[in-house]
Amino acid sequence: MQAENSQTGKVPFWLDPKKRAIGYQIGTLCMVGLLAYYLVSNTIANLERQSVATGFSFLSKESSFEIGESLIPYSAASSYGRALVVGALNTLLVSFIGIILTVILGTFIGIARLSTNWLVKKIAAIYIEVLQDIPILLQLFFWYALFYEILPGPRQALNPFTGVFLCNRGLVFAIPEFGATHAYMGISFLASCIAIYLLRRWARLRQANTGQIFPVFRVSVGILFLLPFITWLVGGAPTAMSVPELKGFNFQGGVNVSPEFAALLLGLVLYTAAFVAEAVRAGIQSVSKGQREAAMSIGLKTNQVLQLVILPQALRVIIPPLTSQMLSLTKNSSLAVAIGYPDFVSVANTTMNQTGQSLEGVALIMLVYLIFSLSTSAFMNWYNKKVRLVER
Amino acid sequence: MEAYVQKKSAETLKPPVTSVGVIGWARANLFNGWLNSLLTIVTLYFLWIVVPPLIRWAFIDSVWNTSGAVCRDADGACWSIIATNFRFILFGFFPYDQQWRPLIAILILCALLFYSRNRNHWTKHLLYAWIIGLVVMGLLMRGGLFGLSSVETTQWGGLPLTLLLSVFGLTVAYPLGVILALGRQSKMPTIKWMSIIYIELIRGVPLISLLFMGSFIFPLFLPEGVNFPTILRALVAIIIFTAAYIAEVVRGGLQGMERGQYEAAESIGLNYFLTMRLIILPQALKIVIPPTVQQLISAFKDTSLVVIIALFDLLKTSQTVLSNPEWMGFSREAYIFVAILYFLGCFSMANYSRKLEKELSTEN
Repeated sequence: MQAENSQTGKVPFWLDPKKRAIGYQIGTLCMVGLLAYYLVSNTIANLERQSVATGFSFLSKESSFEIGESLIPYSAASSYGRALVVGALNTLLVSFIGIILTVILGTFIGIARLSTNWLVKKIAAIYIEVLQDIPILLQLFFWYALFYEILPGPRQALNPFTGVFLCNRGLVFAIPEFGATHAYMGISFLASCIAIYLLRRWARLRQANTGQIFPVFRVSVGILFLLPFITWLVGGAPTAMSVPELKGFNFQGGVNVSPEFAALLLGLVLYTAAFVAEAVRAGIQSVSKGQREAAMSIGLKTNQVLQLVILPQALRVIIPPLTSQMLSLTKNSSLAVAIGYPDFVSVANTTMNQTGQSLEGVALIMLVYLIFSLSTSAFMNWYNKKVRLVER
Repeated sequence: MEAYVQKKSAETLKPPVTSVGVIGWARANLFNGWLNSLLTIVTLYFLWIVVPPLIRWAFIDSVWNTSGAVCRDADGACWSIIATNFRFILFGFFPYDQQWRPLIAILILCALLFYSRNRNHWTKHLLYAWIIGLVVMGLLMRGGLFGLSSVETTQWGGLPLTLLLSVFGLTVAYPLGVILALGRQSKMPTIKWMSIIYIELIRGVPLISLLFMGSFIFPLFLPEGVNFPTILRALVAIIIFTAAYIAEVVRGGLQGMERGQYEAAESIGLNYFLTMRLIILPQALKIVIPPTVQQLISAFKDTSLVVIIALFDLLKTSQTVLSNPEWMGFSREAYIFVAILYFLGCFSMANYSRKLEKELSTEN
């Protein structure tokens, strides 16, 4: 009947669902557009009145502020743009190291949570519960205060091992003096990674064709350590170390991990690991007991059961929450601004205070984090697709 | 032949001492296998190293009600920092003789939360009670009516501010999140894409960038002369942020609904709004109650970030005390106190969420 009506044109347009949908959409668009117009016009009027310069030309101006830690050469004479790049690199550094440590610690605690050992199980449970329920910012403040109040000054620095000093200026330790051999070691490390990749492909092909299993893992580990080691020997085995020494009020030489970086990393890792542990526990528990029993009944060894049966299925459950935890760690690294580690938000905040261009500053912060988030989730989606079980 | 038949029942042998009682339990749970035994011993040793000095620091050597100068000579924790500055940490710069008002507001909130724990109490009356409660709380804080002296929002601080930001934030963000979730499920492309862009954009950036936006850019958005207090701007940022996360939680519930529910609603002639209000949302929102409580926990913890835009929440009031020369250097004690408050709040909510999850899952 309705079809008949619409053909004869008797249904008024406001009762036709399709036309009504178009109406709703136009209405919503208009409302959002009006709101945007209102906000933008107000903003333009306000900016004109305050005579604040707009646009991103400030990026090439001299920043005239120092940044404590930087991966690339930077001084107060550098531009704001370079300062922001320094900040972004610092964010990436702390997130990258943080994510790796979090995954390791989280997996460890998640497995401990399922241990048959009552004591270990309870301690893991308490860890998860306590760390999850305290705001990350509070934890960061706590670790930072701990570094500052408990550790002595550089002159009385704790010296647990030779070449390692712990004081309120950070953790200082000796590293090998950088030379040409170390650069070659880096290259050989990359070469061994490629070799392992090719080896894995070859081993898989051979297994598919002949059924023979090649011990890929053990050989890979061997290649990974042996090749750089041989390069080191061939390069004359340089053993010169850059040892930190107390000069004046601070240490010279070696590597200095600042208390800000250490507190940020510690706080982020301990906090996020609690959530990762929960994800790992849920993932392992999601694999039913029958799977393990079935795998054992066809004669697989314990590590094969874990590697071929349990892990592939558990990973499928673990990876989505793990991804969101990695993203939240990256986003939480922005709290560095509260304890003075020069991450992207912190540098952008200083820039906004100096130039007064808050609109551009906030837009840049959002843009950079969006890029981080989107690229992380794109990578994890790709990985997720790889480990997903192919169903019939 | 009879001689071989035992007339009396044999004496029941007790199980060996090693498999019952404390020893049996320890053998089954702590020392089953060499790896576990080793783990137990290592863990016990670790606890032995850590726990006694900690207890010594926190309880035995600690001082509880002294001045800051006395604290400096004590070996243990200086809980005096809490005892002396208790009211400032909890209520911030709220006028000292008026601090009963935020206290009553907190008590009302706790009473409402406690009463709402039981799902049998979830009726329309409870909703009215909440609305009245929230209004009374706002009135108590703001004053200016019924002979209460007016208190500027810049003087609000401490625990009431933390609770206010999280409760009001979630209350406003919740309906917004439901609308966004419905928008994301919509068949109309414009609405769907606008919702997706909003949700993904907000979930991709840290809360702190939104708080910066609230404190730096929000004033630019408004016409000249119109100005909002910082608290409200922070609240707007929290609402915008929480709504995107609520939307994702609710979407989970909507996706959990069967097609049959929509079709049944359509077949009895309900339109979209009635379908949603009477059929879909009541069921979908019920499924997502536990994750919603999780979201409340997150919102509660996230309010601590307003420290960065210089609002005097619980964390900032403790830092203010710490910047006083008398109490400088006792950060550990102050932060542990604040951490305990947060922990109690989050832990009780998390427990409640787990309890609800159990109740809801047995019903189906």
